[in-house]
Amino acid sequence: MELLDNLSLGFGVAFTMQNLIYAFIGCLLGTLIGVLPGIGPLATIAMLLPATYALPPVAALIMLAGIYYGAQYGGSTTAILVNLPGESSSVVTVIDGYQMARNGRAGPALAAAGLGSFFAGCVGTLILAAFAGPLTELAFKFGPAEYFSLMILGLIGAVVLASGSLLKAVAMILLGLLLGTVGTDVNSGVARFSFDIAELTDGIGFIVIAMGVFGYGEIISNLSKHESEREVFTANVTGLMPTGEDFRNMVPAVLRGTVLGSALGILPGGGAVMAAFAAYTLEKKTKLRPGEVAFGKGNIRGVAAPEAANNAGSQTSFIPLLTLGIPPNAVMALMVGAMTIHNIQPGPQVMTSNPELFWGLIASMWIGNLMLVILNLPLIGIWIKLLTVPYRWLFPSIVLFCAIGVYSTNNNTFDIWMVAIFGVIGYLFIKLGAEPAPLLLGFILGPMMEEYLRRALLLSRGDWSVFVKRPLSAGLLAAAVLLLVVVLMPAVKAKREEAFVED
Amino acid sequence: MFIKSQKDFFSGLMFMAVGIAFAWGASTYSLGSGARMGPGYFPLILGVILTFLGAAISVKAMAIPTQDGDRIGKFAWKPLFFIIAANLVFGASIGGLPSIGLPPLGLIVGIFLLTFIAANAGDEFSFKEVAILSVILAVMSYLAFIVLLKLQFPVWPAFITA
Repeated sequence: MELLDNLSLGFGVAFTMQNLIYAFIGCLLGTLIGVLPGIGPLATIAMLLPATYALPPVAALIMLAGIYYGAQYGGSTTAILVNLPGESSSVVTVIDGYQMARNGRAGPALAAAGLGSFFAGCVGTLILAAFAGPLTELAFKFGPAEYFSLMILGLIGAVVLASGSLLKAVAMILLGLLLGTVGTDVNSGVARFSFDIAELTDGIGFIVIAMGVFGYGEIISNLSKHESEREVFTANVTGLMPTGEDFRNMVPAVLRGTVLGSALGILPGGGAVMAAFAAYTLEKKTKLRPGEVAFGKGNIRGVAAPEAANNAGSQTSFIPLLTLGIPPNAVMALMVGAMTIHNIQPGPQVMTSNPELFWGLIASMWIGNLMLVILNLPLIGIWIKLLTVPYRWLFPSIVLFCAIGVYSTNNNTFDIWMVAIFGVIGYLFIKLGAEPAPLLLGFILGPMMEEYLRRALLLSRGDWSVFVKRPLSAGLLAAAVLLLVVVLMPAVKAKREEAFVED
Repeated sequence: MFIKSQKDFFSGLMFMAVGIAFAWGASTYSLGSGARMGPGYFPLILGVILTFLGAAISVKAMAIPTQDGDRIGKFAWKPLFFIIAANLVFGASIGGLPSIGLPPLGLIVGIFLLTFIAANAGDEFSFKEVAILSVILAVMSYLAFIVLLKLQFPVWPAFITA
């Protein structure tokens, strides 16, 4: 069994004392920061990235994966206890989770989220391991035209599944792509849009954009609201374990969520978000058992299913990243940036050239999931205490960590000036209701897209029809068009808007 | 009012402005042809598309009614100013400002300055609280970033260490 060989190689790497410790530190830090109110997973990962610089690549990636899971779990916790979805994929968790907390059942809600996520994570890891091989084979058949089309599909997928205005999201992608062109053009050596500033010829750092837009922008926007708008349920968390009745309701919901999440996560585009929405909709469609609480009033299935789905989805969304090198969402885009800092170019070659890194990362994802359950359920009391930390102590600390993180990337104060500019831009985006996540995705994909476009057109001698003449590429583009058409169909459009209004 | 959604209208304007700026900038580089893309080719295409998209967004914002006009609302100038200022002052403390002859003041001084400036962005400001917070942050940052992670920072003011 090749799969088992690979997994055992992976676990061999991940189960060294050193790597276990890094996974643990990652989970701990990720949860610690992710749980703090007003800091989403993106900002969390961006802030903690510098902590991994000094590590060897494998350990750094393992720690990052831990941070990622920790941050996500932290997001669910804030969703349930503060009615504040840490990220878009826990938007639906808020609906029933917060109601459970209000009824004094925050403990079971958190346990359902944790256990559901863990189960889904296990399944997702297996699927990831099983699919990685064949997909990598496929990836080697891809030429530049296919890659370009795949990126189009990925970008379209990401905005179709995001909330808000479609046009604006596409515009934000283009803005990101354009920002990605700043710096020296690899082919001609021309320094584009650099205004004779030496630092700009290397391009804009993605950490600068991530921290400015997601860190500072959010802080400024949070500060313009009043602190009293937050309501935290702390006294009410007593029994953690769900009752037998809860388990009977939960188990089938978790199973359904896992299946749905794993399937949707593989699709390019924001798998985890759509998975959570789909899972919740599915649960609402199934019949209520006698005596069960209605949805929207604190039904445990409304927490377990979307949490399982989004964890399965975020696990399987590593598949396009690791096999094709294409990040399906903004968090994954950040992971690409992190990998490049450690001199790893994500893509099909990673599996063949660095098998221990590839399988070690997959194994450590499972370990990360396990650690989260072990770490979080007993420690939930501490996390809840963190939720009550007043924002006026938090935000200066966030500003500081962002500034230190930005500076330490290149040991250059120029990045600090840049992050200030992007902080202002980020706040402007929030005021204009322009969702910044697609921008980051476009920014990361921009240089790759340009390169693949250049190569594809070079091979076809400038003939654009190459993208529809090659069957694989045509199929990918057709899928992208289909996605757009489906979303723009009046019936689906209404449904989509309804689904996103529900929070 | 003929602007039905203020947020969309002005985001459309922003996209148009950026699109035009990039397209104009790109046209100053060599464009090349499809088979041999020059450095200006890709940004020019993107800039043009973005400009049209921006225009579409603005037009749509004038045509399709929204419930409350999607108003942008007041800008939070105070947090905006203090957060960005704190960041800039921190940068100046780490790197110094050779243009005005300011030597690097180092991480620790920078942390105190940053915390005190940033704290002004909130609703309430208590000197004692902020002082305690900055001491905690300074000690923790020193231990985490300098001792543990060994990041390269000037820690103390240049005129003391030199």
